Amino acid sequence: MKKISRLCLVFLLASSLYPQAITPLAIEPPAKVTIPRGKSATFKLQARIAAGYHINSNAPHEDYLIPLRLNLTASPLVVEAVKYPTPHDEKYSFSEKPLSVLTGDFFILVTLKAPENLEPQMHVLTGKLRYQACSDKACLTPKTLEFRLTADVR
Amino acid sequence: MSRFQFLAALGLIAIGLTSCTTQSKADEADSAVRPSKDRKKAPEFKLKDSDGKLVSLASYKGKTVLLNFWATWCGPCKVEIPWFIEFENKYKDKGLAVLGVAMDEEGWEVIKPYIAEKKVNYRILAGDDSTAQLYGGVDSLPTTFLIDKDGMIAGVHVGLVSKSEYEKDIQALLGLPAGK
Repeated sequence: MKKISRLCLVFLLASSLYPQAITPLAIEPPAKVTIPRGKSATFKLQARIAAGYHINSNAPHEDYLIPLRLNLTASPLVVEAVKYPTPHDEKYSFSEKPLSVLTGDFFILVTLKAPENLEPQMHVLTGKLRYQACSDKACLTPKTLEFRLTADVR
Repeated sequence: MSRFQFLAALGLIAIGLTSCTTQSKADEADSAVRPSKDRKKAPEFKLKDSDGKLVSLASYKGKTVLLNFWATWCGPCKVEIPWFIEFENKYKDKGLAVLGVAMDEEGWEVIKPYIAEKKVNYRILAGDDSTAQLYGGVDSLPTTFLIDKDGMIAGVHVGLVSKSEYEKDIQALLGLPAGK
């Protein structure tokens, strides 16, 4: 038994050392958002960019770059505001000027409003976050992450 | 075996595996032209150029092809374009053809103004997912394949590499003395 455990440990160690498929951005929406009728609520969409990568901010300095974009299908609720994180400027080997980018952990704030006349019930909203990630040497094709969010209108 | 010996053995395995992986990455980065026996056939494709003409890879048989997957939104790709313009000028008569495959989803609407602005002198084709799949998905741009005159893949560069590295590969494939 002891021998098998050791072999398993060696196998796990070995497999973790080989390159894995890269997913440069991971997101985590809240499990549920509660919104009283006639009121607004703000939720955080948490995101994490893999080390060594950056993504373009929602307002890149250069026209040719693909910006970060959040689209939320919220009806019958209303999206009142989407607040993107504050980017920072960074210079890369391939860019003449610094680029407006996000790295590491960040979050997007989304404010939803539940109209007064809405019946109290759960609503499942769908969102899409489009982004484009690069390292210092290469860019990954633009990707869209989809997520679901439950809004509990009371 | 004591606990210490076991942990030491694990450590050695880890170091060994890490160095193997690092070495293989370093080899890929150098991407010297592979020996003929190790080359695989470049997958055939047909894509349209900016004049709407259908272009096949097969029509380039007998030429050395620098097949560059790129996109207008890709910063590192932008760096390489002037090099490829130079290579097309310098080596066209010696048997090189540079082919750019643009992977922009918006197609010619964005590709045409971009290549006009950059004064691209080599042929650009509008890429699609099925062609990218033939070449391993091409998720990272730039990705450049060096195809020999027999239509075999002689080398690949993923990501930005130096101009001299490309030139060394081109000269080797064209049978030219290095540095000329």
